[in-house]
Amino acid sequence: MSKKVSTGAISAPRSILSAAVLVGTIGLGSAPGLAADELNALVWCDHTDPALIQPFEEKYGVKVNLKEYEGTGTALSIVEQSQPGDWDVFVVDGVDVPRVVAAGILAELPAGELPIDDVFDQVQMKDVTMVDGKMYAIMEKFGYNVVGYDKSKVDPADMRDLSTLWGDKYKGKIAVYDYYIPLMDLTALYLGMKPSDISTETLPQIKEALFQLKDNAAMVGEVVSSTTALATGEASVLLGGGEWAVGVMQDDNPNLEWVLPDQGGILWSQAIGVFEGSEKKDLALKFVQYIMSPEGQARLATSSCFWGMPANSKAGDVMTDDQKTRLLWDEQEAFLAKSHRYYIPDAELDGQMLDVWTEFLQR
Amino acid sequence: MIANSRIRQAYGFAAPAVLWTAAFFLVPLAIMALYSIWQRVGMSLKTVPTLANYIAFVEKSFFLKGLLNSLEVTFTVTILSILLAYPLAWILAEKVPARWQRIALLAAVLPFWTSYVVRSYSWLLVLSDGGVISNFLMQTGLTQESISLANSRTATVIGFVHFFVMLLTLTIYANLVQLPKSYIKAAQDLGAGPIRTFIHVVLPLTLPGIMVGAFLTFVLCIGDYITPQILGGNKELLLPQTLMLQIQRRADFPMASAIAMILMAVVTLAYAACSRWLKLERA
Repeated sequence: MSKKVSTGAISAPRSILSAAVLVGTIGLGSAPGLAADELNALVWCDHTDPALIQPFEEKYGVKVNLKEYEGTGTALSIVEQSQPGDWDVFVVDGVDVPRVVAAGILAELPAGELPIDDVFDQVQMKDVTMVDGKMYAIMEKFGYNVVGYDKSKVDPADMRDLSTLWGDKYKGKIAVYDYYIPLMDLTALYLGMKPSDISTETLPQIKEALFQLKDNAAMVGEVVSSTTALATGEASVLLGGGEWAVGVMQDDNPNLEWVLPDQGGILWSQAIGVFEGSEKKDLALKFVQYIMSPEGQARLATSSCFWGMPANSKAGDVMTDDQKTRLLWDEQEAFLAKSHRYYIPDAELDGQMLDVWTEFLQR
Repeated sequence: MIANSRIRQAYGFAAPAVLWTAAFFLVPLAIMALYSIWQRVGMSLKTVPTLANYIAFVEKSFFLKGLLNSLEVTFTVTILSILLAYPLAWILAEKVPARWQRIALLAAVLPFWTSYVVRSYSWLLVLSDGGVISNFLMQTGLTQESISLANSRTATVIGFVHFFVMLLTLTIYANLVQLPKSYIKAAQDLGAGPIRTFIHVVLPLTLPGIMVGAFLTFVLCIGDYITPQILGGNKELLLPQTLMLQIQRRADFPMASAIAMILMAVVTLAYAACSRWLKLERA
């Protein structure tokens, strides 16, 4: 399963990076610091929350320089333009780990010094993080592309059935997240297929169902637009949304919730590793260990940029009941059992899927 | 000897502008043209010259539809902007006292001071279900249920018109204040009423200002990505959106370059159509 991501497409959390850029939340310099007591990390925006980073800086008396990026392609461009040793820690899309490992960017991690056994079984993804028995990254956070909704405007029970969104009941009140892979995967689930069943032969069925969905949609938008639609009441449902879309907004609007439908959901993940060229591998490993600790995981899961499930199941011991309720902690076992990873097509099918998605947008 | 020196001096003065144009326009244009006849195959770039991207543009309906949508929206925006900007410019030039005109012009360009993205999102809130317009219509009893204008072509057109009315107002105003009042008096002395004076004297003489503004509106509107992306809700795609899809989703720079070349050809045609009024000496 490492036919990797052949495009510059933006997954849910990766897209949130662009959201952060749009709203101008974080603007750290591109050149990493060079002082001996500094650590340079190339990260997603959820790591730039001071509440996550400050405890590590205070404990070790170091400064963590954070550079957030949008899309693995951008990160690789930054790395290519940097000198060996410039970067120490790398946070990357789970599905892109094989590509990064193949490029020789990540160093081997001491598996025995990381809480891999505490990571949810379905999220360990050793087929992705390990090569030839060596571990190069560890999954740190995950979540779902499923259904986000405003419970004051829809029946929550309806949200557990994907077919409701293809019916007339919520026609004109559905926002669709504009990312073709998880949305086509969800459409496959609606049709009773697995995401991996998507092929040239089944694509016409997917296309027809997508066109039906478009007729029901109030809009199709990237992270900011689609979540804005949900927040302003323009839409009552966000298909493709999840904890990452509603978690932060729940403070302002407790009516926003999310659920994984009975047909299943699409799992996203992000991983953390240490750069092969780092000259501070020990400190970088300490940072990874901190992020993977229950405390670090709890802070990362509830980052002010976007929420997600902590990969380390022990984080539940230090999270508040309210946080766990918002993440639907008690349903995770069932959710994980019904979720599928992003289906990564080969280049030819990927092109066909993009054509269908463009037709869907143009319809 | 003196003549040669002057020629060298002229070349010297012109060189920075020529180099600037070559470096930041001609070279990038040549690169884009070259890319447009290459092809992305899988993850690699095939550098054998081909018209495949241009053929794909014609064969794949969503590209042609994107061009058609862009032309429809652009013409609509341009015409609406002219219709709204002309009276505003006329009021500014003829009815507002000279000492207040600068302040009035400043007020007219205020929207330019706001970020383009922020302004688009602001319109989204104004036009959305439960937004300012919807609430106003409900409170005045004009509608019983809340309505939404957001995420539609209407929203895109409103967002564009709000911006371009100000641009056109400035170009038309610049023409109107230069119009000698004696022309209007002469027409009236010859028996022309206000409407005939406007149609046969004022309008033809302010046409260059209208056309300059209209051309700028056309160029900026047809190439804009942000407004339809934020306000259109992906209910349909305009050509710049199909172009961005090639880059963001496929990393297909050759196809994106071909679309950009086609967009440039459309703008060139628009320039040719307006060129009569766009000569520098007429501006």
